[in-house]
Amino acid sequence: MPVPIRAARPMRWDGERRREILMPRTASSRRVGRVVLNSAAAFTLAYILTPLAFVTWLAFFRQEIPAFPPEGYSLRWFRAIADNDRFVSGFVLSLELAVIATSIGLCLGVPAALCLARVRFSGREALSSLLLLPLVVPGIVLGIALYVFHVEVELATGLPVLGSLAGLIAGHVLIVIPWTVRLVMASLVGLDRSVEEAAQSLGANRFATFRRVTLPAIRPGVVAAALFGFVSSFGNLEMSLFIVGPGRTTLPIAILQYLEWKIDPTIAAVSVLQIALIATAMLITDRFVKISQVV
Amino acid sequence: MARLEIDRVTKRYGDVHAVRDLTLDIADGEFVVLLGPSGCGKTTTLRVVAGFAEPTLGAVRLGGRDVTRLPPWKRNAGLVFQSYALFPHLTVARNVAFGLEMRKVEASEIKGRVADALRLVRLEHLGERLPRQLSGGQQQRVALARALAFRPDVLLLDEPLSNLDAKLRQEVRVEIRELQKRLGLTTVMVTHDQEEALTMADRLVVMHDGAVRQVGTQADLYERPGDRFVAGFVGRSTFIEGEIEAPGRFRSAGGLAIACKEAATGPATLALRPERIVLASDPQGSMDNNLAGVVEFVSYLGATIDMHVRISPKERVIVQVANQGSGRIPGVGGRIYVAWAAEGGIVFVGSGSD
Repeated sequence: MPVPIRAARPMRWDGERRREILMPRTASSRRVGRVVLNSAAAFTLAYILTPLAFVTWLAFFRQEIPAFPPEGYSLRWFRAIADNDRFVSGFVLSLELAVIATSIGLCLGVPAALCLARVRFSGREALSSLLLLPLVVPGIVLGIALYVFHVEVELATGLPVLGSLAGLIAGHVLIVIPWTVRLVMASLVGLDRSVEEAAQSLGANRFATFRRVTLPAIRPGVVAAALFGFVSSFGNLEMSLFIVGPGRTTLPIAILQYLEWKIDPTIAAVSVLQIALIATAMLITDRFVKISQVV
Repeated sequence: MARLEIDRVTKRYGDVHAVRDLTLDIADGEFVVLLGPSGCGKTTTLRVVAGFAEPTLGAVRLGGRDVTRLPPWKRNAGLVFQSYALFPHLTVARNVAFGLEMRKVEASEIKGRVADALRLVRLEHLGERLPRQLSGGQQQRVALARALAFRPDVLLLDEPLSNLDAKLRQEVRVEIRELQKRLGLTTVMVTHDQEEALTMADRLVVMHDGAVRQVGTQADLYERPGDRFVAGFVGRSTFIEGEIEAPGRFRSAGGLAIACKEAATGPATLALRPERIVLASDPQGSMDNNLAGVVEFVSYLGATIDMHVRISPKERVIVQVANQGSGRIPGVGGRIYVAWAAEGGIVFVGSGSD
């Protein structure tokens, strides 16, 4: 039996070490530095987590009008979600939409990333930036632009584009692509071309080389891309507002519409479910690939 | 294994000639080394043979089969890369099995042949490890086993030893050479390291600027270099510019009269091997050339000592002296004679360029 050897991990380049190298310090000033760093980290973390904690807390309040301190706790708001058709159908639609858009986004983004990382052609940099654009343009602007585009296409061709499911999916693909291209390109940077050539010299054609060698090597990037694409599609509100058709309500839109009439903890309960779903997705992915290594 | 013919291959990238009209016939079981400085076209030649670069002109035949237009995966050439290029996500055994799996060999047979290949490189106990759990030398041997497991027609080695440390490199040279002889592998290796080339090859091909400068055995290249470039690249030489005044008499630019074995006259370059020159305190009657000189620089290398001796205002020669431990080595400023036989100098007639 060969003795298993622990895989060599890349050396952690943590703050402590970096500071050590950049400016050696005395013990006391090092302690002060550590305290400052830790409190800054704690503050940032608290800043991010406080709203989430409050929402979660609120979801279990018994009374209808949120007020502190709570009168008691109950699960009635979670039951209320199940009774509300809009939330249930919105959840199903958002889930379907995110899964389909992510799949299409991967099918388009992975080859695009391969091409951008490998093939030298003029305008490569420009194209690379262009594919990241949907991430930079504000959602509202993207939504309006798509709306106008759909109107124009419908006028020009007579096809029922406006408010169609296909239009909605296409819009979501647009916000998935920047993630897939970016993350897959990042994972390709570390891949040695000669590994692929080795596979070819051993008898693997282009497809077999991609499937057996390239894909396993960029898998962390692909998985992370799928996760981030899914999350940004699932939670998208601004763009979707403009391109959903009548009767087709995604979960974020259902939440917004509900908020126009009522503020009771149902919304908090929906949010808790949404947070739980995304957290679960992250935890599952993290079991397969260390997301922190890619992003 | 098979015979490899490279027939008048030219590879151009735009206006740049990476390889010019290269013809090479490599016999079944022969070990040929392509030697040259970086950018000389040796790696491009190997890539043409492997199928990663298509020649602009010419043909490549492997075992009589024209493979010029075949993609790499249809060539049956085993390739070992400088970086080893092992598949990081597969175990050693799966790495070695890859070529067999691609050829749809029966699973039961693969097992046996992987074990054979690993035994060949003495790594049979490490089949379940991942590449990153191995040392550089072990990874190199896995790469070799992987390239041999599917019984290729030719083995191609692209600077396979340059990532190993100096001591290990010397061991692996011998190991690869012995394996190659035992299995009768037709092998082409690319290297810029002349020592590596001299130790391993049956035949060497010295390349420069995309073209072959000389093909021959170690002795051919060392004793009878075809041109000034080869004389400088294989082994060391001191070059003295001048002209042949009359058959057998070389006049250096610094005015020295030197006896040589060359009948043609005209501008010429004289190349002197540092170990073919004798250092003496008095002129040596047995030598054709005896020149007085002053030691200007001494470099102590252990087994040998290099003496840089000024023999004229324009000329200085390097003399390699065996270190025999006695204190007879003159120091800097010492007045001595350098002597060599007429046939010890190699003359290249023609203007002084490469």
